Amino acid sequence: MTDFLNTWGLTAIIFVPLIGAAVMMLIPEREEEAHKQIALLTSLVTLGLVAALMIDFDYDDAGTLQFVQDKGWIDVINSRYIIGLDGISIPLLALTVLVVPLVIIYSWHHIPNPGNAKAFLILNLILETGMVGTFIAQDLILFFLFFEVVLLPMFFMIAVWGGEDRRYASLKFFLYTLFGSALMLLGFLALFFLAQDPATGAALHSFDMRLLTESAGSGIVHSTQLWIFGAMFIGFGVKVPIFPFHTWLPDAHTQAPTQGSVILAAVLLKLGTYGFLRIAIPMLPEAATTWAPWIGLVAVIGIIYGALGCLAQTDMKRLIAFSSVAHMGFVMLAIATMTPFGFNAAIYGMVAHGLITGMLFFVAGSVKERYHTLDISRLGGMLIQAPKLGWILGIVSMASLGLPGLAGFWGEFPAILSAYSPANGLSEVTFRTYMVIAAVGTVLAAGYLLWLYQRTAMGEPSAEFADDPNITDVNTQEWLAWTPLLILIVVFGVLPGLIFDVTDPAVTQILDNCLQQPDGCTSVVQAAVGG
Amino acid sequence: MFAVFAMAGEHFSRPPIDWHAASPELILLGVGVLLTVIDIVWKERARALVAGLASVGLLAAMIPVITLAVDGEPRSMFGGAFVVDDYALIMKAIFLLSTYVVVLMSTNYISEGDYWENEYYGLLLTSVLGMLLMTSARDLISIFVALELLSIPAYMLSTWRKRDLKSNEAGMKYYLMGVFASAVMLYGMSLLYGSSGTTLLSGINEAVSGSGGPSAVVTLGIVFVVVGFAFKVSAVPFHTWAPDTYEGAPTPVTAFLSVASKAGGFVGLMNILFVGLIGRDDVYQPLIWILAAASMTVGNTVALRQTNIVRMLAYSGVAQAGYMLAPLAVLSTDVVTTGGATTIVADQALAATVTYLAIYAAMNLGAFAVVMAVARKTRSAEIDDYRGLFRYAPGLTVLMTVFLFSLAGIPPLGGWFGKFRVLEALISPGTAWGSALAVVVAVNSVVAFYYYGRVAVKMWVEEVPDGNMDRVSVPASLAAALAITSVVTLAFGVGPGLIGHFTQVSLLVGVGG
Repeated sequence: MTDFLNTWGLTAIIFVPLIGAAVMMLIPEREEEAHKQIALLTSLVTLGLVAALMIDFDYDDAGTLQFVQDKGWIDVINSRYIIGLDGISIPLLALTVLVVPLVIIYSWHHIPNPGNAKAFLILNLILETGMVGTFIAQDLILFFLFFEVVLLPMFFMIAVWGGEDRRYASLKFFLYTLFGSALMLLGFLALFFLAQDPATGAALHSFDMRLLTESAGSGIVHSTQLWIFGAMFIGFGVKVPIFPFHTWLPDAHTQAPTQGSVILAAVLLKLGTYGFLRIAIPMLPEAATTWAPWIGLVAVIGIIYGALGCLAQTDMKRLIAFSSVAHMGFVMLAIATMTPFGFNAAIYGMVAHGLITGMLFFVAGSVKERYHTLDISRLGGMLIQAPKLGWILGIVSMASLGLPGLAGFWGEFPAILSAYSPANGLSEVTFRTYMVIAAVGTVLAAGYLLWLYQRTAMGEPSAEFADDPNITDVNTQEWLAWTPLLILIVVFGVLPGLIFDVTDPAVTQILDNCLQQPDGCTSVVQAAVGG
Repeated sequence: MFAVFAMAGEHFSRPPIDWHAASPELILLGVGVLLTVIDIVWKERARALVAGLASVGLLAAMIPVITLAVDGEPRSMFGGAFVVDDYALIMKAIFLLSTYVVVLMSTNYISEGDYWENEYYGLLLTSVLGMLLMTSARDLISIFVALELLSIPAYMLSTWRKRDLKSNEAGMKYYLMGVFASAVMLYGMSLLYGSSGTTLLSGINEAVSGSGGPSAVVTLGIVFVVVGFAFKVSAVPFHTWAPDTYEGAPTPVTAFLSVASKAGGFVGLMNILFVGLIGRDDVYQPLIWILAAASMTVGNTVALRQTNIVRMLAYSGVAQAGYMLAPLAVLSTDVVTTGGATTIVADQALAATVTYLAIYAAMNLGAFAVVMAVARKTRSAEIDDYRGLFRYAPGLTVLMTVFLFSLAGIPPLGGWFGKFRVLEALISPGTAWGSALAVVVAVNSVVAFYYYGRVAVKMWVEEVPDGNMDRVSVPASLAAALAITSVVTLAFGVGPGLIGHFTQVSLLVGVGG
């Protein structure tokens, strides 16, 4: 049994959601209960499989890929079906398979207009396949395929079940991401043709991410590396989203149904940062050193811009969307330091942001359902009318602004700290300046979140809603969907080692090509440019 | 060449014929003749039979294609003017299968529309016969004959709705443009013949390639030949006939033109470029670079403004022609190493275009099949009449979405692999021009998504305009066409190895140097 799990477990978590979706396609639309049950069951089976794999996982060797499957796939382009799990993938994979069942539970009585639970839940499951696949793929083409598979269901979720402006928002979301991934694919192809085996100098001609990481861009001229990295930077950067590519995000979040927003915030944005951690930087460390100060710059611009954007918002969901831009700025800043400490902080930030912002969107969805508006100026007095909902919003806002003891703190604080000493070859002055700016960003974050909380939860309920019978407190489905997230926000706040211990070996391993050099990445640079 | 005539003067001896190699063409010819005879003898009573007979003929012609492929030996006849190799066979298979789908799409359309049926299928088969010949033609004369054989029936088919003014306009425009293109091409061919003294492509290659620049005559010959084919594949700026012809012609004929006829043009172009002119990359590379970049950019930009879905698909077809032309812009005899094995850039370009043609055939035919199915209810091809399709025809909506997104190149649908091969072929030589064209392709795919995605949004999101929620009745044969095209589109996307294996072909080896 364990053997079977270790061999086929990873493949199973990719395909189980698809099997569930296929079964649901055969059942007529009117059997709504059956659809919900099958969808939930499928996502729980996936969660169970991931839990079993996590138990079997050898944490002492978290830097090595485990449960690896390597099979022929598209021979003519030398692309293979390679999947594997290591310490970087585990937290993100676990986050994904946790969020999907919670979203399905939340959907039990909350299928957004115009209904059709069948199609909505099938899309959720296809989305899960895409997200899971992206986090465990170890072949660039396979990665690309899953990365793109995610687009379609999310496009339809926004376009069909979204708000007023859903047509505009869905097309904008798709076009931005497609633009990024088209350039990213060109980058992958260039890597395929140019990368060399560092030992022999022979051309690799492989999409195998393990080999390309080992090769770490050896044999590619510096200027070409910069171009390839640039293509990937746009590809992943749009997804993150990094300032100035972020404009799709507020529209997509505002128009998406609650479930779509939650998945978008909790998992989809992480696909971009994961791409930087797993592909762009390890495969082209030399180009990354040149790019890093600029990545850091757009990251801190994102932090400040996102925070200022939040202060100007009148719509609660749009405000949370802009706070995502700011929070992902912290993650990108940590990544730009190119140190193991920064990478660990980034992964922690990704998980924390996933839990917290996912939760914030859940709350926003429930507020919208009760008040039929998210206009902050019309809300108020939630603590009186729906005290539990108000308190949950309070806790999550505190977590989001980085209060110590909650998960958000460990996402933000180490990220800032990591900028104090960036990798060798990066300017300390520049990054310490970024550090100061980022620290200002946390103050602004406290500002906009507390202000939001004050305006929506405190005070007296506005006259408009004072006697509205629709405004009820948290119901059973909501408790079921939210409790795991709330517990994890607290647990990860108290025990940060739960994640850091898993990611650290893997992060060290993937940055090994830089670290094994006495001077870090600079010596790689010098060796490559011959200077 | 002259020696042959001299010999014929004394005692004519028939050149040896490899009957096995010629059998796909012969079967089609036989069935075509049979259709005509049945028509003459049975008149109206034949109507019930012809569609079935035509499909049987197309599938029967597949049998020798398969046996020849299993045999695997390249065969050559008539002094190298007619060659059957892997490349010819895969293209023959694409032509036969896509025409089979066209017959499935035509069955109800033609009989319900009360059009001439027997002649319709007769002409359709004749046109396919021309395409099959084209795949094997390695000689200027046989290429020209094949081109006319595939074109002339297509002119007539475009006017099949003869009481409809638009259909007449379609056929007339197509005919005039086509004849003009043929004339230009023929002139180019005569220049090539004049400067090389042979009509055989391999002979032309020996004569025109070599160090030192090409003579003005050769350059002009190459330009004219390429321009002639550019009309056929509807590449910008020679695409102006396509939207009007597509809109006016009966929809199954449009599907046939946009897939089979376009592929026929590509096959002819590739034969001439790969076998006859490969050494003159200094002439054709810039020419094709411009044609490809212009086709994609103009096709996609103009498609953004279309309100009629057939016209939109016509412009999308122009853009798709640009993608398929792109690998030919880096075509050369240079050698690169891929995955340990060395390949010639030319082979990679050929494999890319052939792969794209195969996938394009499936997804584009599928899109037209949905257009036909929807028009059965709405009697319209306006994009606005697709609003709310999901409410009353969810199955067709899902299929249309699959085809449109595949055309846009979104994984995991077939189109992505075609585009991937094109990008791969463009980047592999490592030249600045190739990489620049790859960027043009990438940016264009994003632009293209806007109009494909817009149709998807209309189908899924908006309300039904007139509130008419009647279901769309899809006849069995059209449903079969939809099933075949959608399965193929999905299969190529998830398991590209399926098609990748067959399209890994070479033209340079087949010709024997």
